Parts: sequence; structure tokens; C-alpha cells
Amino acid sequence: MTAAAVSSRASARRNSALLGLLAWLGGVLFFLPFAWMVLTSLHSEPAAATNPPSVGAGLTLQGYREFFGAGSGVSPWPPLINSLTASVASTLLVLLLSVPAAYALSIRPVRKWTDVMFFFLSTKMLPAVAGLLPIYLIAQNAGMLDDIWLLVILYTSMNLPIAVWMMRSFLAEVPKEILEAASIDGAGLPTVLLRIVAPVAMPGIAATALISFIFSWNELLFARVLTGVVAGTAPVFLTGFVTSQGLFLAKVCAAAVCVSVPVLVAGFAAQDKLVQGLSLGAVK
Amino acid sequence: MSTTSITGRPSRVSRSAEPGARRAAGRPRGAWSRRAPLLPALVFMIVVTQLPFVGTLVISFMRWNALDPGNRGFGGLSNYKAAFDDPALRSSIETTVLLTAAVVLVSLLLGLVLALLLDRRFRGRGIVRTMLITPFLVVPAASALLWKHAIYNASYGLLNGTLTWLWSLFGSAPAPQPDWLSNTPLIAVEISLIWQWTPFMMLILLAGLQSRPMDVVEAARVDGASTWQVFRYLTFPHLRRYLELAALLGSIYVVQNFDAVFTITSGGLGTANLPYTVYQTFYQGHDYGQASAEGVLVVICTILLATFALRTVSSLFREESS
Repeated sequence: MTAAAVSSRASARRNSALLGLLAWLGGVLFFLPFAWMVLTSLHSEPAAATNPPSVGAGLTLQGYREFFGAGSGVSPWPPLINSLTASVASTLLVLLLSVPAAYALSIRPVRKWTDVMFFFLSTKMLPAVAGLLPIYLIAQNAGMLDDIWLLVILYTSMNLPIAVWMMRSFLAEVPKEILEAASIDGAGLPTVLLRIVAPVAMPGIAATALISFIFSWNELLFARVLTGVVAGTAPVFLTGFVTSQGLFLAKVCAAAVCVSVPVLVAGFAAQDKLVQGLSLGAVK
Repeated sequence: MSTTSITGRPSRVSRSAEPGARRAAGRPRGAWSRRAPLLPALVFMIVVTQLPFVGTLVISFMRWNALDPGNRGFGGLSNYKAAFDDPALRSSIETTVLLTAAVVLVSLLLGLVLALLLDRRFRGRGIVRTMLITPFLVVPAASALLWKHAIYNASYGLLNGTLTWLWSLFGSAPAPQPDWLSNTPLIAVEISLIWQWTPFMMLILLAGLQSRPMDVVEAARVDGASTWQVFRYLTFPHLRRYLELAALLGSIYVVQNFDAVFTITSGGLGTANLPYTVYQTFYQGHDYGQASAEGVLVVICTILLATFALRTVSSLFREESS
């Protein structure tokens, strides 16, 4: 081996180490605000509001106690339960509607199924705010303002197009040959669905459910306009949590962490299928 | 919410479905049994998203202010005229374009760099990937609060705190303590959104990188292609459709952003984007007619973007099914 080859290999190794270091730097930089949020949530209010920051200050759960109503007596549970109801119920409804729809768009496609797909997608592209006022007026007349079931319906419509697209891409992975073989062997529809489609599609259905849950949990605009004291969701509660008096940084960070936990859990659970889902099935 | 005008456009996508479709067309009853599973979802979407938009369209031609209920009636184009004459609306259109373009482009670029860095083997890659995804999984309202109070705050935020700390290291003059939210409000909102959307871009681009045909790359390397040449002539062309897809999906979400603008600046200091302005006209101004006209204008703007977007997505779709 020549000296030049040795030195070029050494420089390649040095480059590689440098790039690895850069990747770490990027990761740490993006993680830093989150880490700061968690750290601040564990500080006492005075320690959270110092300049320069007191990184090494003693840790306390006071912020979390405040979030759960220790000082103010305001419980965060009603909004958290509202969010959970809206997210879980709308996700179930989304699955109930999107699985059969995706079946009719992939395994046994209707005519012009692509037009249908693009109709679903187009509803996602036009801003939700454009339909807000009539929805508000209808809800007002129907006595559904400040009612969590109104949000369930709206969140379903918000996530259904995404779910149809995702689900179609997952169902399209079911091998056609096996479906044909099964129908030749005289397997009925329930058998085909349970034995062949379900096992292949299950991870996809789970990912669709998790992503739909995340988007519903995060939603602020509809919840802000259409709910009040009774049906307010966690993000609405969160934005109303900041007080103008006194120090509040630690408890706001604690609240932000608590409200984000379900999303973090759902997101990391769906990690493997997250890209395929978010790209509406266009990226595998 | 949508109009149906853009749905007719991209058709003839897949050939593979056509034999089935022809068979279905031959037997009407078979066609309905095919359609049946689709109908509930379709009807639901039409009722919940299309009908309200028709309502918006109707109200946009009415004189209707909730604070003046006696004076309700047909107003012709007056709401549109008022919307166009309103400098706030014009500036909010500008803001929307700036905000969306800045957030999408910067997070796309950062996402590309991070995806390229993550596409290599190195120690702790899984951990770095997890750390990078985290910002996307913080509730947007929580992220906005975090940036506003814990990072940008002029007296105790992390940014100015760090400046104080750095300056104290060198023992020199007192550190500058800029008021980030008043000095650069739009950039402040943009950075918080870039923080949340870069992971999204990175994930899509990383998936794109990992779907590269590696044998071609290897062959190019053996033939003596430099790293830059491999990127320029192999990786980038392959990545192009993923870049387009990431940009389009990002735009769809960012153009509708409400949480960050609402929470960080409450639309003040020139940061009000269209969704926020419509919200304000309706929720605080109670001018239903004008809010609807603004809503219709938002839709028209988005149709332009969406038509372009749909065309790109449908070309991807065609590639996939061919």
C-alpha cells in the first residue's frame, strides 16, 4: 500500500468522524429547546426566571403540582379528558369510514378511483378557516356550540382525507395474486378481509390511527372558536394558562410537557410508519 | 374545505385499475357493490366540508354584522370591496406568503442537510434521529408557548440569558438584551415553525435517500466519481421528487398555521397571516359578511397553490403506479 493511499484513507476516516460529529451537533441543537422546556418545568419559579439561566438549580415538581391545580384549584383534567374524547372518538370514526373507503379505492377499485382520491386530497388543501363561520352558525342554531361532539365531527373531516390516502397505500401492499388465489379457492369476503388483508394492513391501520390522534390532539383553531368552558380542549387550556401576574415559566413548561406527552408517545409508537403516513403514502 | 373545481383535473392516473373498472361498468349492480364501501366517507366529507363552504360563499355576498342584527341583507360585492380596500388584509396576504416561503424553504434546506448527515453510519445514529424527531412531536400550542416565554422573553428567556452568560465569561461590558419579539416578530414566529417542520422535511428526504439504488452509486464511486459528483448527478435528481413532495406538504400545513401566530404575537406587529385575520374579523369584529369574503379569498389563493400541488402529487402517483 502506498503512502498516499494510507493518508487518503486516514483523511476519509477523519472526514467521516467530522460528519458524525456534525450530525450529533444538529441533533443536540434541535433537541435543545425541548430539553430546556423539560428542565425549566422541573425548576422552581424563581430559578426558572433568572438571567443568566440557572442550569444547575435544584429540581422540584412544583410546576407540575401547579399544573394539576395545586395553587389555583383549577383542574386540568376536564380539558385533558375533552381532548382525549375528541381525539379517540374522531380517530375511531376516521377508521370506520376510511378502511372501507380505502378498500373501494385499492383492492376492489371503483371507476375513476383516482378522481375520488384527489377529491379527498383537495379538501385537505383548502384552509379550514374558510368554512369556519357557517359551521359556527349551524352549531349555534343546533345548540352544539361548546359541545365536544362537534369537534369530533370536525376532526373526523380534518383527518379522513389523510387517512384515506394512507390507508389506500397500505392496502395496496396486499399482494393481488394472493387475493385472486383466495377468491378462486372460494374464500368469502370476511375470510379474505380477516385472513389476508388484515395481517398486511394492521401496522398501517395502527399508524393511521396514531397520526389521526396526533392531529386531533394538536388542533387549536376550531377548539378555540367553537368551545368554551365546558368542551375546551387541552391546547385551548394551555394557551389560557399564562397569567399576567407573578412568575409562571416553570408551570407553563410543565403544562406544555404534560400536554405534549400523549403526542410524543403516539409519535414514537408510529415512528416506523410516520414518514409513509405523513407523506400520504407517497414515500415508503 | 374545498370547491370541487380542482378535482376533475388529474385523471387517467393508473392503468392497472382499468380492467377492473371496465368489468364494474359492465354490471351496474357490481358497480354499486364496489361503490358502497366508499359512500359513507364520501358523503361525510361532502356534508362536512363542501356545504359549509357554500354557506361561506352565500354569506360573503350579504350585509351581516352580528353587532348590528337589524341591518341584514344582500350586499352585493361590498364585502369583497371592503376586503380588498382593507390594508390589513393585503398585509396579511403578504405575511402569509413570506411566512410560508421562509418556513418551507429554510426547513427544507436544514432537513436536507440533516438527512444527508443521518444517511451515514455513525455512532449513536438512532439517538440523533430520535432527538431530531422530537420537535415535531411537541404540541404546536406548547411549542409556541415555549418559544415565546422560555426562549424569546427579553428579561429571562434562554436567548438573552445565554448572551448574558457569554458576555460574563469575558468580563466585558453588559450583554446586549434585544427584545426579540418586538424587534423581529415575524422571524421569531418563523424560527419556531422551522424548528417544528425541519424534522418533517428530514424524515421525507431521509426516506428518499434510503430508497436510492445503491448499486448505481457504488458503480459511480468505482468509476472515480467524487462525492460532489455523486450528489449532483445521482442523489439530487433522485431526491428531486421527494424535495417537491416535502415542500408541497409542508406548504399545505404551514399556509394554514394559526397556533404560532395566535400564541406568539397574537397577530401583532405585522405577523397576522390569513387564517389569523379571518379569525379576527369573525371572532372579534363579528363582521360575518366580510369574514366570509376573506374566507373566499383565502380559498381562491389556495386553489392556485393547490392546483399546482395536486399536479405534482398526481405525477408522483403516476410514477408509482406505472
